[in-house]
Amino acid sequence: MSQDANARLTGDFYTAPFGPRIEEEGDTLILNMGPQHPATHGVLRVIVELDGEYIRRAEPVLGYIHRMHEKMGEVKSWVQYLPNMGRVDYLHALAWNWAYVGAVEKLMGLAVPPRAEYIRVITCELNRINSHLLWWGAYLLDLGAFTPIVYAFADRERIMDLLQMVTGSRLTYCYYRFGGVSADLGDEFIRGTHEFVADFRKRLPMYRGLVTDNMILRGRCEEIGVLSPETARRYGATGPVLRGSGVAYDVRRAEPYSVYDRLDFTVPTGRNGDAMDRYEVRMEEMNQCLRIIEQALEALPDGAHIAPDLSERLLPPKGEVYFAVEGARGKIGVYLLSDGGPTPYRVKLRAPGFSNLSLFAELAQGTLLADAVSILGSLDLVIPEIDR
Amino acid sequence: MMAELTALLTHPLAQMVLALAAILAFLGVNGLVLLYAERKVAGFIQRRPGPYEVGPHGLLQPFADAGKLMSKQLVAPMGADRLLFWLAPLVSLAPVVVCFLPIPFSPLLTGMDVNLGLLLILAFSGLNTLALCLAGWGSNSKYSLLGAARAVAQSVAYEIPLLLAVLAVAFQVGSLDLSAIAATQAKGLLSWNVFVQPLAFAVFFISAVAETNRAPFDLPEAESELTAGFHTEYSGMGFGIFFLAEYSYMVVVCAVATALFLGGWDGPLVPGPWWFLGKVFALVFALMWFRWTFPRVRFDQLLNVCWKWLIPLGLANLVATALLVKWVG
Repeated sequence: MSQDANARLTGDFYTAPFGPRIEEEGDTLILNMGPQHPATHGVLRVIVELDGEYIRRAEPVLGYIHRMHEKMGEVKSWVQYLPNMGRVDYLHALAWNWAYVGAVEKLMGLAVPPRAEYIRVITCELNRINSHLLWWGAYLLDLGAFTPIVYAFADRERIMDLLQMVTGSRLTYCYYRFGGVSADLGDEFIRGTHEFVADFRKRLPMYRGLVTDNMILRGRCEEIGVLSPETARRYGATGPVLRGSGVAYDVRRAEPYSVYDRLDFTVPTGRNGDAMDRYEVRMEEMNQCLRIIEQALEALPDGAHIAPDLSERLLPPKGEVYFAVEGARGKIGVYLLSDGGPTPYRVKLRAPGFSNLSLFAELAQGTLLADAVSILGSLDLVIPEIDR
Repeated sequence: MMAELTALLTHPLAQMVLALAAILAFLGVNGLVLLYAERKVAGFIQRRPGPYEVGPHGLLQPFADAGKLMSKQLVAPMGADRLLFWLAPLVSLAPVVVCFLPIPFSPLLTGMDVNLGLLLILAFSGLNTLALCLAGWGSNSKYSLLGAARAVAQSVAYEIPLLLAVLAVAFQVGSLDLSAIAATQAKGLLSWNVFVQPLAFAVFFISAVAETNRAPFDLPEAESELTAGFHTEYSGMGFGIFFLAEYSYMVVVCAVATALFLGGWDGPLVPGPWWFLGKVFALVFALMWFRWTFPRVRFDQLLNVCWKWLIPLGLANLVATALLVKWVG
C-alpha cells in the first residue's frame, strides 16, 4: 500500500475521497448500511468499505434522530424537562429519570425519603432487566435466530405490566420526582414483583439451555470483537461493554448512590472481552438485578414516598452539578449548570452508547461483515440515546 | 378413434406433458400449503397463534398473500439489467418442475420413469444457483451482489457432499433410478436406507438444507447482514416466484431424501402415495423447525463444515460402501 493510500485510511469518509481509491487498490466496495437496515436497530448508518466480505474500514454516521434534548433543557423549566428523560433512552428510561432527578437533588441538597430510595432501586432494576431482555432478543435476531425475541417479549410483558401499575406508562416512564417518586408502591405490585422474580429465576437457566449453549451461537460470538481493557478505557466505554473486558467498573459500586451500598450484589466481569463475554455479563446482570430487587423488597421501609413541602415552582440555587448512575448500557451522566433561574442554563447528557459506539470502527476493522453485525449488536446500542 | 386417443395418451411425450401440468398444479398448491404451514409452525415454536384473522384459523391467509403479491406493480431498480433481472425468478422456478418428473410417489405414480432419475434431479436443481447469480448480478445492488457471491460459493461447495451421499446409495442399489432405489426398501422398516446408510443420510440432509438456502444456512439472503441478499430488489411476483421456487426445492430435496433413505412409498395401512407425502412433509417440517430455532452460521464456518466434515465423511462412507459392495456383494 502506498503511503498516500495509507494516509487516506486514517481519515474519515469525508476527508478521504473514496472514488479514486477503488481504481488504485482494486477490489473494494463501499457499502452503505442504514439508516434503514435490519441490523442497525433504528436509524444508525454505517458506511463500510469491503474487500470481498472483509471490512477494511467502517464508520458510523450519527445524527439521524437528533432531537436537541440538551438544547430543550435550556428552554424548559426544571420540572418540564423531566419527561424528556424517558425519551433519551427509551429502554432504560428510569435510569435517565434518576440521573436527572438525582442531579437536581444534589444541586438543591434535597433529601430523599428512604422508602423512595428503595422504590427507585426496585423499579430501576426491573427496568434494567427489561432493557437487557430486549437487547438479548434483538442481538439474537442479528445473529439470525428469530424465536428468542418472542420469548424475551413474554417476560418483558410482565415487567411492563408491573411498571405500568406504579408509573402509568409502559415504555417512556416519567416516574421519579425531585425528592422521591410520583406514586407509592401498592400491594399488588409487591406481590407481582415477588412472583416475577421467582419465575424469571427459572427462565434464566432455560434461556441458557435454549440459546446460550448453542454451538452456532458460540461460534458467532466467541473471539469476535475482542476488546482490550486499554482500548475500552481509551474510548470511555462503560457498562457491560467495559465489564466484558474484565474491568469491574460499575457506578453502583464505584461511586455508590442511593442505597446501593447497603445491597449485596456482585459486578460480573468477562475475561476475554469478546462478544460472548459481553453477552454473559448481561445475562449475569439480570440475575444480579433479581437479587437486588429481592433485597430491596425485603428492606422496603414504611414512610413517605416523596419529600414533603416542595414548592410548586422549583428554583435550584446557582451552581453546577454532575450526577452519574449506572444504566443498562453504562454510565449515564447528567451535568447541570444553573444560574438560579427557572430553567437550567446548560444541560449536558453523557450517553454511554455514544462512547460504546465509537469503539465500533476499531473493532470492526478486518472482520467479516457478519462479524461486524455481531459486534454492533453486542454493544447494545440505542440510537436515540446516542444522537440525543 | 378411441384407439388413437389411447395411443396418443400413452405416448411418452404426451405423458410427460400431462405429468408436467400435474406438477405445476401441485407446485402451486404446495406453495400455498407450505406458506401457511411455515407460519403456523413458526407461531407454534414462538408460542403465538400465527395467522388467525383471514378465514377460519387463518386458512385463507396464503390466498390473501398470493393476491397481494400478484397485484403489486413490478418494479425494477434503476440501472438494473432488466432482461437478467426478470429472467432470474423464471430460471429459478422452471427447472424445479423437471426435478419432480422422476420422483416416485408410488410404483405407478411417477411422472416419468427415467433410469437416470437421480442425475436428472441433480443436474436441474443445480440451475437454481444460476438463477441466484443472475438475480444478484442483474439487480445492480451491492447487497444482491454479495448474496449472489455467497450463493455460488455455497452451492458449489455443498453439491459435492450431496453427490457423495447419493452415490453411496446408488452404489449399494446399483441404480440411479429413484423408483428402483425406493423399491429395494419396500421390505419393511429395517430395509430403509436410513438404517443401512445413516451417515449418508446425515450428510445428505445437512447438505440439502444448505442447497435449499434454508436457515441456519440461509446466507445468500442473510437478513441481518444483507437485508434480503439476492432478492433484496425484488417485489411483487418477482419475489413471489423466488419464494415458490424455494418451497418447491424444499419439497424436491425432501422427496429425494424420502425415496433414497426413508423407504419411499413403503408403509402399512394407507396407500403408498400418502406414505410418501407424509414422509416428505415430515422432513419439510424438520427444515422449518431448524429455521425457527437456530441462529445463522457465518460464511466461513459454513464452508468449513462442508470441506472439513461433510466431504471427508461422505468420501469415507462412499469408499466403505464401495468396498462392502465389492466384497460382500
